[in-house]
Amino acid sequence: MKVNLAAAKKLIKKYRNKKGVLIPLLQEIQAAYGYVPGSAIDLVSKELSIYPVDIYGILTFYAQFYLTPQGRHIIKVCQGTACHVMGGKELLDYMTDTLGAREGKPTKDGMFSVERVACLGCCGMAPAVVIDHDFYGRCTIRTMKELVKKYRTKK
Amino acid sequence: MCMEKTKILVCLGTSGLSAGAADVADIFEKELKRHKLAGKYRVVRTGDRGLFRDVLVDIVAPGGDRTTYEYVKGGDTPKIVEQHLLRGEPVKELMAGEDYKQFFAGQMRIVLANCGEIDPENIYDYTTGGGYKALTQVLAMPPEKVIEEVKNSGLRGRGGAGFLAGLKWEFCRAAKNDVKYVVCNGDEGDPGAFMDRSILEGDPQAVIEGMIIAGYAIGAGEGYVYCRAEYPLAIKRLEKAIEQARKNGYLGKHVLNSGFAFNITIKQGAGAFVCGEETALIASIEGRRGMPSPRPPFPARQGLWGKPTLINNVETFANISHIITKGARWFASIGSENSKGTKVFALAGKVKNTGLVEVPMGTTLRQLIYGPGGGMLHKNIGFKGVQIGGPSGGCLPESLLDTPIDYESITQTGAIMGSGGMVVMDKLTCMVDMARFFLDFTVSESCGKCTPCRVGLKRMLEVLEEICGGKGLSGHLAFLREMADAIKDTALCGLGNTAPNSILTTLKYFPEEYSEHIEDKICRSSVCPALVKFEVAQNKCIKCGRCVNVCPAGAVEWKKKEFAKINKDKCIKCRACINICPVMAIK
Repeated sequence: MKVNLAAAKKLIKKYRNKKGVLIPLLQEIQAAYGYVPGSAIDLVSKELSIYPVDIYGILTFYAQFYLTPQGRHIIKVCQGTACHVMGGKELLDYMTDTLGAREGKPTKDGMFSVERVACLGCCGMAPAVVIDHDFYGRCTIRTMKELVKKYRTKK
Repeated sequence: MCMEKTKILVCLGTSGLSAGAADVADIFEKELKRHKLAGKYRVVRTGDRGLFRDVLVDIVAPGGDRTTYEYVKGGDTPKIVEQHLLRGEPVKELMAGEDYKQFFAGQMRIVLANCGEIDPENIYDYTTGGGYKALTQVLAMPPEKVIEEVKNSGLRGRGGAGFLAGLKWEFCRAAKNDVKYVVCNGDEGDPGAFMDRSILEGDPQAVIEGMIIAGYAIGAGEGYVYCRAEYPLAIKRLEKAIEQARKNGYLGKHVLNSGFAFNITIKQGAGAFVCGEETALIASIEGRRGMPSPRPPFPARQGLWGKPTLINNVETFANISHIITKGARWFASIGSENSKGTKVFALAGKVKNTGLVEVPMGTTLRQLIYGPGGGMLHKNIGFKGVQIGGPSGGCLPESLLDTPIDYESITQTGAIMGSGGMVVMDKLTCMVDMARFFLDFTVSESCGKCTPCRVGLKRMLEVLEEICGGKGLSGHLAFLREMADAIKDTALCGLGNTAPNSILTTLKYFPEEYSEHIEDKICRSSVCPALVKFEVAQNKCIKCGRCVNVCPAGAVEWKKKEFAKINKDKCIKCRACINICPVMAIK
């Protein structure tokens, strides 16, 4: 698949000649493409004179980055302490089992990605789930079923 | 002036926003307009008050009289406007109950005082409440005097280790260099802690003011806030707050028209727990993999880009302006012998009231859990333990509930204060599984630089997985202890050094659970899937039928006045029935 790198070029221009920019630059590239395409890594490497291996090292070190396209909706199931005590693991297992999405690999129809997240910082409403940017608290398998239905039909 | 208006506070914290608080605030404004009341009332969109009660709405009269409503829905607003604002009759059925009062009764809110009370996106709300007074005061003092004040207050770093903040400032001041940095550590990675998030979302100016004061004291001209990427709202509000502080002359080339220059930049984390460690955090700001490096050199001498760097936590900075305006002596009068001031705890888990609780140091665990916490969520199930300090901390049993919360007392139990996460566990929580959970976390967050952490923790996790899976051997416990000691002594940074704490404390305080898993292949809390049969014990079942209602798979068979039965072919082992059963009848 060919990726249009115009947006990445623009972003590189914005960050050129500044220090400590690699992470924010990659974050913005990901925001533009939904993931960090391999061709964008090559481009950043060439333009900013950074070895591709160093860029790849950053991308694999930080949990936030994706190297492949993700589902249309990203479901993050919190696995923090409070969520674990309140049943977060069972929620995550259920979601991966029923949707057939694995970590880093979206569902076959490209609709959902399911991820674990260390802590969303809303432990008082455990177990918590974030879909795209919306928080849902005190989740059960029942509410998950309904949410999946809701997002499946969301435009 | 807005001062004279009655305020309608709508709490736009995480729990509020997920329950539709933004809509509630909008509808209030529309209703006020419709009734031509906009001139008399002001809708204030506040940050998180730290209590999870969906949408909280307060009507605060100029004199301070207030009525609090909880679980407010958009549809309730016309009623509140018509009945309360127009006719002066509070809407009784929506008013906050006893739990709400109990939650706040035992607290002493200093750092959280503004959270949920002011509009975090409006700097004037902060300044009219006395904000930036401390900065004005500081600019008229010699820097050494400022450091003296912070030292005398006895404030210790709120990020976890509890190092004396004033001493750190002094080291940075003493380091000779033209360029120095102030860094605010907002990489709140500890699962179970969310005070930094609420402070940044609810009162960002307080953190900014603390940082500017620190910059003046140590002689730094530039500051960074390192904030987790998982907190997009905190980042958005910080950006606005910094912009407003700049416009109002608190940041920039001449802070309040003085000769002192200070600027703040936000650095967004990218999802790595180890970046909470200060040397790893520096690496991450510099745009590298966030891996820790051996200390010394300490950041106070050689930190960000090789320059002297002061790193303090969000809560530490939020304390500074209070110390300056009210005095070191005032601050030191709060708390215990060696731990001064208050501490914010994130109370969560199986407790009735979950949320942020700020209490003086020295308060006991019991006072906290049974005071603001309101006691256990399910009275019949009963307390088992409390986990303090996140993955570096430990699990404490009921016999230690009277331990006062201060740095030394908590450390003596084998846990650590950490950043203040506190997760209450009842008898449905398996302590072996908890140890496995934390180890699973630290293994996946280990940066891989040093062998004890990378390999040692992984081996321990494998053993714990075998124990939880019913394949435990009698030699496993000795192995765990040996490994724990070795890793504690040899790992490079705090993440590895403290990772064994959760195992050591559970082994120490809950040894019977380990031996049951290994010898008898029983999980008394019905958590470890391999050891749970998913059967209903008829001698315990009270035939209530709650399990039928929660089962998402339709696996529970039950008729009125009969024992429940679980159809194992349909059961998906989600434990919904176990968690709802009031008598722990499902094993």
